[in-house]
Amino acid sequence: MNVDYIVAMLMISFGLYCLLVKRNLIKMVIGLEILTFGIHLFLISMGYREGGVAAIVTGTNPAPVVATMGVDPLPQALVLTSIVIDVCVTAMLLSLAIYAYKHYKTLDTSELRRLKG
Amino acid sequence: MAGMTLIVKTASRLLFPFVLLFGIYIVLHGHITPGGGFPGGVVIVAAIVMLVLGYGADAANAKFSPLQASVSENIGSLVLVATGLLGLFVGLNFMKNVIPLGTTGNLYSSGILIPLNIGVGIKVATGLAVILYAMLTAFEEEKK
Amino acid sequence: MMRRVLAIGLVCAIGALLVFTVSNYLLPFGTFPQRKFENFENQSVAQVYLENAPIAGAGGAGAANVVTSIVWDYRGYDTLGEATILFTAVCGVAMLFRAAKEED
Repeated sequence: MNVDYIVAMLMISFGLYCLLVKRNLIKMVIGLEILTFGIHLFLISMGYREGGVAAIVTGTNPAPVVATMGVDPLPQALVLTSIVIDVCVTAMLLSLAIYAYKHYKTLDTSELRRLKG
Repeated sequence: MAGMTLIVKTASRLLFPFVLLFGIYIVLHGHITPGGGFPGGVVIVAAIVMLVLGYGADAANAKFSPLQASVSENIGSLVLVATGLLGLFVGLNFMKNVIPLGTTGNLYSSGILIPLNIGVGIKVATGLAVILYAMLTAFEEEKK
Repeated sequence: MMRRVLAIGLVCAIGALLVFTVSNYLLPFGTFPQRKFENFENQSVAQVYLENAPIAGAGGAGAANVVTSIVWDYRGYDTLGEATILFTAVCGVAMLFRAAKEED
């Protein structure tokens, strides 16, 4: 019964619900963040092996133990890059939200639809 | 932007060196323990954010202005590229490990990883500080 | 009102489809592939990385942390591209707020 996959899929659907139903700009950004976290969790938990140890050579696990019983290190390296990209996208989205609030005095997307010239 | 009350100011001033030391430890031990350049840079900028939010952006401008933060980000980026160009000057490919490798598990281990981690740690920390200053002092003119 | 019901129904349908695809023993047919060591005997790149990275000689990185040696030594060029993305985002945010300051 793989619980980590089910939790990752639940997080994706919660993030999708926030993006579709809510009308505040900040809440939509939070929904996008939850969606991205769910995808990262799914990618990392695909690299787990049953009974495996972490991929770091320490005093307790010398090099031969890590070579035969270590978990997959490749998804962790790729998700590291993806987290930094997510931070950059969120910074740009939030600065756009600040700009929109300064001009239109509201953060409701149904009011932002009537753009002034 | 005005600062907060006396309790917040005292607590952030007392906690600042410990959080900074923890961030520098994560950056420097990137090849032995989990972590590396990116999480260490975020912990360093968390210490700076604590001070800026407690004392106000005007008081923080006198100590660490956005211009200094921007110059520091460029220095971190140049350290990253210059360490990669070391391999080109010797005759091998870009970002080849040309510094002698020590024994696995010591602090002086894998040759080229330590300058790379330091460069990216400085770059992430001061880059996020530039974003923080830009968002805090964006629309202040209309309040005066 | 009708739109909200439609949106919630769509999210519930997609969520149920995703949860039933990855769960074992909830569907009457098939399972998601098991994550055991014997399924990946001689066909994974991860095995080469786990064996070669801690070696302090030729072909190895000499680092105790295998993930850091993948990110910086074997795939250092991708991390250079990611540092460029961080630089571009900081430039974009600073440019946006400089235009706002000169407007007033």
